[in-house]
Amino acid sequence: MSILIDENTPVILQGFTGDKATFHVREMIAYGTNVVGGVTPGKGGQKHLDRPVFNTVKQAVDATGATTSLAFVPPAFAADSLMEAADAGLKLVCTITDGIPAQDMMRVKRYLMRYPKDRRTMVVGPNCAGIISAGRAMLGIMPGHIYRRGNVGIVSRSGTLGYEAAAQMNALGLGQTTSVGIGGDPINGSSFLDHLMLFEQDPETEAVVMIGEIGGPQEAEASKWVMENMTKPVIGYVAGLTAPKGRRMGHAGAIISTTGDSAAEKAETMRSYGLTVAPSACELGSTVAEVLRRKAAHRTTA
Amino acid sequence: MDIHEYQAKELLSGYGVPIQRGAVAYSAEQASFVASELGGWHWAVKAQIHSGARGKAGGIKLCRTYHEVQEAANGMLGSRLVTAQTGPEGKIVQRVYVEVAEKFEREIYFGIVLDRKAERVRIIASAQGGMEIEELAKTSPEAILQVIVEPAVGLQPFQAREIAFGLGLNIKQVSRAVAAILGAYRAFRALDASMVEINPLVVTADDRVIALDAKMSFDDNALFRHPNVSEMRDLLQEDPREAEASQDNLSYIGLDGDIGCIINGAGLAMATMDTIKYAGGEPANFLDVGGGASPERVAKAFKLVLSDGKVKAILVNIFAGINRCDWVAQGVVRAVREIGIKVPLVVRLAGTNESEGRKIIKDSGLPIISADTLADAAQKSVAAARSSAGVPGVRP
Repeated sequence: MSILIDENTPVILQGFTGDKATFHVREMIAYGTNVVGGVTPGKGGQKHLDRPVFNTVKQAVDATGATTSLAFVPPAFAADSLMEAADAGLKLVCTITDGIPAQDMMRVKRYLMRYPKDRRTMVVGPNCAGIISAGRAMLGIMPGHIYRRGNVGIVSRSGTLGYEAAAQMNALGLGQTTSVGIGGDPINGSSFLDHLMLFEQDPETEAVVMIGEIGGPQEAEASKWVMENMTKPVIGYVAGLTAPKGRRMGHAGAIISTTGDSAAEKAETMRSYGLTVAPSACELGSTVAEVLRRKAAHRTTA
Repeated sequence: MDIHEYQAKELLSGYGVPIQRGAVAYSAEQASFVASELGGWHWAVKAQIHSGARGKAGGIKLCRTYHEVQEAANGMLGSRLVTAQTGPEGKIVQRVYVEVAEKFEREIYFGIVLDRKAERVRIIASAQGGMEIEELAKTSPEAILQVIVEPAVGLQPFQAREIAFGLGLNIKQVSRAVAAILGAYRAFRALDASMVEINPLVVTADDRVIALDAKMSFDDNALFRHPNVSEMRDLLQEDPREAEASQDNLSYIGLDGDIGCIINGAGLAMATMDTIKYAGGEPANFLDVGGGASPERVAKAFKLVLSDGKVKAILVNIFAGINRCDWVAQGVVRAVREIGIKVPLVVRLAGTNESEGRKIIKDSGLPIISADTLADAAQKSVAAARSSAGVPGVRP
């Protein structure tokens, strides 16, 4: 099992025919992703990479039965493409796009609330590497070969740091169920918490790595949920201990930030909620290995 | 992106926020001329820098004569003003704002900010304006009025009224404050601001409500649709290297260490800096080359890192997804050949086209130290910085 996507998930691309999209779609298809078509307004009726192109997401969904989309759309049009995906009833839309205005994302999130929870679209990203279910399907721009099938979930704000975790685990013979990049923007489509909940329900996932960054309240909120609800061990890490303190204008930011925003404060919050925090970025893999060993030992003695 | 007070006032005033009469001046003579044009009896001369807390740092002077205006402007222009918010290097004053000064009865704090937790816009106000607002937020949070705006409909008049009555204003003042609050929100929303701060919003004896100071910051991602705002950018208020980096879409922040860093992805960049420190070294900078790092951008990244004289070694750490290691490797080789790097260089390439990238580095014959893992890269760069601190560096 895996979360969000597997080899059967029918996937369409929004912004299908662009150069970068084409490069990455080829990689996704080679990896085993079930790409059933794509959308580029104005190019409906054509074929691209042997797959049909549609003018709208609704047409693509009607013709192909797609449930999931990867949006490769420039920042100015990205919010529109996410809302189009939601309106067409897709279960999941992931967007790689970096540079979407924050107020656009705010409106996207508000738009998603129009739908009842059971048919509300999950948005992953923006400004992320995408989603990969190791050995099954890839929805994004990550280098597929660094992942291997296994039983650890990864959820990371940073794309490249997510790769780093996978590569370190791979070197120790540990694999992944799914790795999700939630993106580094101030407003994400989905949060750490959304994906931890899915990993908790996934029978194959034995442990989860959660890689945070400085700024924002998400890590604390997710850690609290882990302590109260999660039966699987979570390994945490927060990059940015040496990050320079940002210069600032005015007081407004400081007034509303109640939880600790720095890497050290976040790592401490994670620890206080019972997560195992990796002492450095080069010990992500070894910390996961150690946690899995402890879990196995606990199981044999129990 | 931040803008100056006078620019923020000009924008806000266009959305119905009342401001005092004032004008910007670039010289002391112009400042006194502006004062005479404005008329009135008293003027405030205000240093225009991208920072708050200017008053305590001597950046705001109250003047009674044209001569005093000229003197005040003369003292400020060309100086570096260090405030609680600028950092020790301060910010250079190249413009002053001359404003008609008026007596006021009350000072109110008013702010609008994008709240990451609520994922909505949050309005903050307090009857106790002035500079100790952050302390107040900690010690008596109930003294801070807060309203969250529903993005589908925007700020509603009743919400603005709740704030205005909450501030203890009388009915005449309330209607004026509501207009100012709604105007400030419209400006925030229409111009894709990330912050609007009016501190203080003052109330005069005759019940007028005026924005006495104003700060605005903008979402860089949205500047493409606001050319009038983009034009207000003042590069001289930014760190010169950071400003140069941003012209090439690189994200650079200078630090105090001696190991120059060129990394893709902000998360990996921070993790690499942390790992350098963990290995006993000090990073000289944060530099995210971003996705799609072409050979040209890599070469520019090298130039930026090397413009810091403290750098004793360079670490390139690329984990390529949307990037390609072979492109990055070409960029590294080209940069070393063209720029002539005189400090040791450690390169770690992983991800897409990793073996092609490593081969390019190896076949170049250049004295580049290869590293396999993040730990290896950090240790080798710390060792390299130590050795090059004593001996003259490797020459390509």
